[in-house]
Amino acid sequence: MSSNNRKKLLLMGRSGAGKSSMRSIIFSNYSAFDTRRLGATIDVEHSHLRFLGNMTLNLWDCGGQDVFMENYFTQQKDHIFQMVQVLIHVFDVESQEVIRDIEIFTRALKHLKRYSPDAKIFVLLHKMDLVQLDKRHELFEIMMSKLQETSAVYGFPDLVGFPTSIWDESLYKAWSKIVCSLIPNMNVYQSNLKKLKQVMDAREIILFEKATFLVVCSSNTSMGEALDPKRFEKISNVMKNFKQSSMKLKSSFKTLVLNDTIYVSEISPNMMCFIVLTKSDDPKDLVLENIKKAKQYFQ
Amino acid sequence: MSELDSKATILLMGLRRGGKSSICKVVFHNMQPLDTLYLESTTNPTSEHFSTLIDLGVMELPGQLNYFEPSYESENLFKSVGALVYVIDSQDEYLNALTNLAMIIEYAYKVNPRISFEVLIHKVDSLSEDFKLDTQRDIMQRTGDELLDLGLEGVQVSFYLTSIFDHSIYEAFSRIVQKLVPELPFLENMLDNLVQHSKIEKCFLFDINSKIYVATDSSPVDIQTYEVCAEFVDVAIDLQDLYKNPNEEHEMKSVSTLVNGVVIYLRQMIRGLALVALVRPVDSSMSSAEYDTSMESCLTVMDYNIDIFKKGLEQVWDRARVARADGETGSQENPHTTF
Repeated sequence: MSSNNRKKLLLMGRSGAGKSSMRSIIFSNYSAFDTRRLGATIDVEHSHLRFLGNMTLNLWDCGGQDVFMENYFTQQKDHIFQMVQVLIHVFDVESQEVIRDIEIFTRALKHLKRYSPDAKIFVLLHKMDLVQLDKRHELFEIMMSKLQETSAVYGFPDLVGFPTSIWDESLYKAWSKIVCSLIPNMNVYQSNLKKLKQVMDAREIILFEKATFLVVCSSNTSMGEALDPKRFEKISNVMKNFKQSSMKLKSSFKTLVLNDTIYVSEISPNMMCFIVLTKSDDPKDLVLENIKKAKQYFQ
Repeated sequence: MSELDSKATILLMGLRRGGKSSICKVVFHNMQPLDTLYLESTTNPTSEHFSTLIDLGVMELPGQLNYFEPSYESENLFKSVGALVYVIDSQDEYLNALTNLAMIIEYAYKVNPRISFEVLIHKVDSLSEDFKLDTQRDIMQRTGDELLDLGLEGVQVSFYLTSIFDHSIYEAFSRIVQKLVPELPFLENMLDNLVQHSKIEKCFLFDINSKIYVATDSSPVDIQTYEVCAEFVDVAIDLQDLYKNPNEEHEMKSVSTLVNGVVIYLRQMIRGLALVALVRPVDSSMSSAEYDTSMESCLTVMDYNIDIFKKGLEQVWDRARVARADGETGSQENPHTTF
């Protein structure tokens, strides 16, 4: 069982694409400004991250300079590409050598097909903030269709891609999709959450992982309301900033109640729930009691 | 001119490239500090107006102009302002700036002796701790000497070490704005009363837009507490905006508990002000059930007390408006008696 809970994630891409910046923001509480201080990654940097209690993410951040890359594909290939659960390949949208970028991607796919054919592949088109707003969608579509073609040849037909940038919420969206794909009992969470939503007569309930504030799942039945489509990522961002600032009081955050309609509270040792009620006149005790009772279903 | 008289105006001056526009943008427009790199040089005097409990005007003068040549225009200008903020770039050679400052003070003091002079020793983010203090001492000394030479030893000048990359600029502006609020003693008194009766550790009255605090209770301000409270205002606004129902207007209220038992409490007051308080209800050694009830009662008492505080604030505001309409100028004390 324990081997099953260790997930190996390869983070690959050419040098300067922004791999280490992503890792630092999501898992080490860096702000986007702080990432300027990161130097080049030498060879492979391993990090072990506990996620949702019993899951361990082994993140292999592979330095992207050509010397190291060559090494991965020749001498270290069995070491690097064995037992991989997820490959996250990062493309710099500003890159001058797109052909070469894709070539490296195909080489990685070739080795994955041989050593771990069940791996999930994600591609991130990174540094999207450098592209004009009206061109972003078009660029993303062109790049994705090209990559889809390439990966299908190597037996990975369902490629998932995200446009990302460290300067907005898109990074949180991509990473929560990636990490969620690794959670085994997602259906249980989802159905429990639906029930809880009915019981509490809530507008929306979202579950977050506690340490990273990535979205685990949401009740996403917004009943035809026009809500901000990027709200999950924005909440991740806001709550993470608040967590940082509560550190200044040498403590960490436990609960938050806003206008008697939004409740943020711990629901299991490694998850937070974010509950938005339809009306503000529910007695506070009742809501808190409901949350307490719900805890046993999310252990 | 009468329109200008009615509000507290801050005049921002300094040599070119001292960081005046950046300060304005960061404090009053929520611009990211790094984005201010791309601001163009200011060529015309700009003036802006913010309306909170006090009416605050900020006027910015381009650095390269010569303003102390006695002309009618600048005389009127200095007459109408409550505070003159002079920005000195601490990373640059500042001797020129000091001469310039002394001349401005000499001129402005002659025109309007009630102006409060504030000097921001700016861009201290890259200086080491020792060097910061050395610079401050040097600047204070030299300014004192210059003023003595001009025969102006009675003028009060305050100095602040600031940077836009941390909260020091907000702290400095809070102090400056507070000097312009004639109702400040009453507000502080009311906050002190509130603190005494509700187990509050520290509380601030924030302007929601700029995160400047208009008043705080009389216990010393700890910069970290201030930062946490200011950031809490952001959290509340951001989350409220996401799920706001456009057709109902809500008074913002937000309560957050931390693991060590500290409670951060936010309530919206009148005119874009918010009260943020840090509460430490009990020592955390209690059992959790005991703790829950004592926190609950503490919050209830707080709610009640803050309602009263809010009413008081409304009264202060009403009276202040009446007093100003009677032709009183801002810096004189208003005749409030009942508290």
